[in-house]
Amino acid sequence: MLGRRGILKFLVVPSFAWLALFFVLPLVLIAAFSVRVGSGAVDPSDPWVLSTEQFGKVLGTPAFVRLLGISVVMAMGIAALATVLAYPVAYFLTFRAGARAPLYLTLLLVPFAVSYLLRVMAWKLMLGPEGGINSLLGTLGLTDEPLELLLYSRPAVIITLVYVWIPFATLPIYAAMQRIERGHHEAAADLGAGPWARFWRVTVPLSLPGALATFFMVFIPTVGEYVTPTLVGGADGIMYGNIIQGFFTRSANWPLGSAMAMIMLALTLLVVAVALRVIDLRRVAA
Amino acid sequence: MTARRHAIGVGRTRVPLGPVYGGMLVLLYLPIAVLFVFSFNAGTTLSFPLEGFTFDWYAAVLDNAALLDAARNSLVVGIASATLATTIGCLVAVAVLRFRFRGRALLLAMAGLPLVVPFVVMGVAFFLLFVAFDIPRSLATVAIGHSVIAIPYATLIVLARLSGLDPALEDAAMDLGATYPTTLRRVVLPLIGPTLLSAWLTCFIVSFDEIALAIFLVGGDPTFPVFLYGQLRFAQRLPVLIAMAVLLMIGTIALTLVAMRLRAKET
Repeated sequence: MLGRRGILKFLVVPSFAWLALFFVLPLVLIAAFSVRVGSGAVDPSDPWVLSTEQFGKVLGTPAFVRLLGISVVMAMGIAALATVLAYPVAYFLTFRAGARAPLYLTLLLVPFAVSYLLRVMAWKLMLGPEGGINSLLGTLGLTDEPLELLLYSRPAVIITLVYVWIPFATLPIYAAMQRIERGHHEAAADLGAGPWARFWRVTVPLSLPGALATFFMVFIPTVGEYVTPTLVGGADGIMYGNIIQGFFTRSANWPLGSAMAMIMLALTLLVVAVALRVIDLRRVAA
Repeated sequence: MTARRHAIGVGRTRVPLGPVYGGMLVLLYLPIAVLFVFSFNAGTTLSFPLEGFTFDWYAAVLDNAALLDAARNSLVVGIASATLATTIGCLVAVAVLRFRFRGRALLLAMAGLPLVVPFVVMGVAFFLLFVAFDIPRSLATVAIGHSVIAIPYATLIVLARLSGLDPALEDAAMDLGATYPTTLRRVVLPLIGPTLLSAWLTCFIVSFDEIALAIFLVGGDPTFPVFLYGQLRFAQRLPVLIAMAVLLMIGTIALTLVAMRLRAKET
């Protein structure tokens, strides 16, 4: 018969082993590859010569640094836009939807379950040169030749990603707003605060942790994006993640790619550390 | 009116938010509606007027072996990775919540951190792991990768449920002579059963739609998103892909609704 110690071993050993082997070890490997010399598809059994030259190469290439900056700014912009657009939706669900709120929330989340590749493809069908909008305009005689609407540009990437994230972005804000006690608003009203004063001085401060959680939860996956930029961004819309992917596929350069991945990882962990300081995750996650 | 407003507790600022929500829904559902219409359209481009109604694309799905294989691959990977992730998430949640031990914070961090590592970083990390240890990439490697990114979801969902469960229930069972394994099996598991199913479905959906990581991990057999990604540049193949996608979409939506219903029931 198993004692409590035995049970604990049964719980911890397999989970710890799995995560160590398939989460920690791969990250240790890119860290190791990022500090070795060489280029191309390096044979892992080659002698390891340690050096920081890969990081020097990344930081010494203005195009890489610029693209990293652009990706960070883009991810921040996308996260901010998604948060701002999701905020009134969360407000509506919390304070206006009443008993129908669960239904409305479900309706909002269903599209999130539809493959995002397909939703992106649907926008391409509508916006592309042979797409629905152009053919509609042409049929109505409004345009002579197809408009090169939004496709294959940086704005196309931004719009697509904001669109993809909005349903998900609503959740943390909605959760924070639900915990606002109605009594706070009553008290503010009794003390003479008008609707706008109550909004800015009660609702906004109390829902801010949720909004910040949304911001970070959109920022983190977005900063490393490479699939959406490939699909709708074209050559002008690529992000830092595309370069990393390139170094492990078409133009193999594993050590350099590893250094770039390490820089991205360090940056993301920094953002997470900041986020954890700013917001109390235990209050948001519930 | 004023009295009622106070009773509700929130001032009406008269900003019409209903239309904002409605507009958002239209925007969210428009592409889905477009896909749906397109899958019945006789032409291979979305040009107006539409060229006529057809079931041909749905019929063609059944003849397209590569397409069906890709969908089946995704199903296999989804089932395997969701089962792995839910098992590990459940082990971690019980250990962290019911035991005090050295490395407890480390275990919880390891189970949660995959959520904050960008997929492209995780993808190349896995790529190097399988290359370094000479493991051929296959559906198994995709399932391993997906299990890791799904573990945070499973852990958080089970943790949330388990922390709402009174430990006195377990104490009572053990006072009455049940061993801890028996208590887990006869008391805890039945109580969190629906949560486990909901966690499993969430993990399955995470895996089923995942591409950024899968691109680095697939061998010769692509998962459905990877297959789709490769076929996107051939315009004439689009309608068949979309017909298949509409079928999968209906399945995914059904699964999502089940997962949400299960979780709503418990909270």
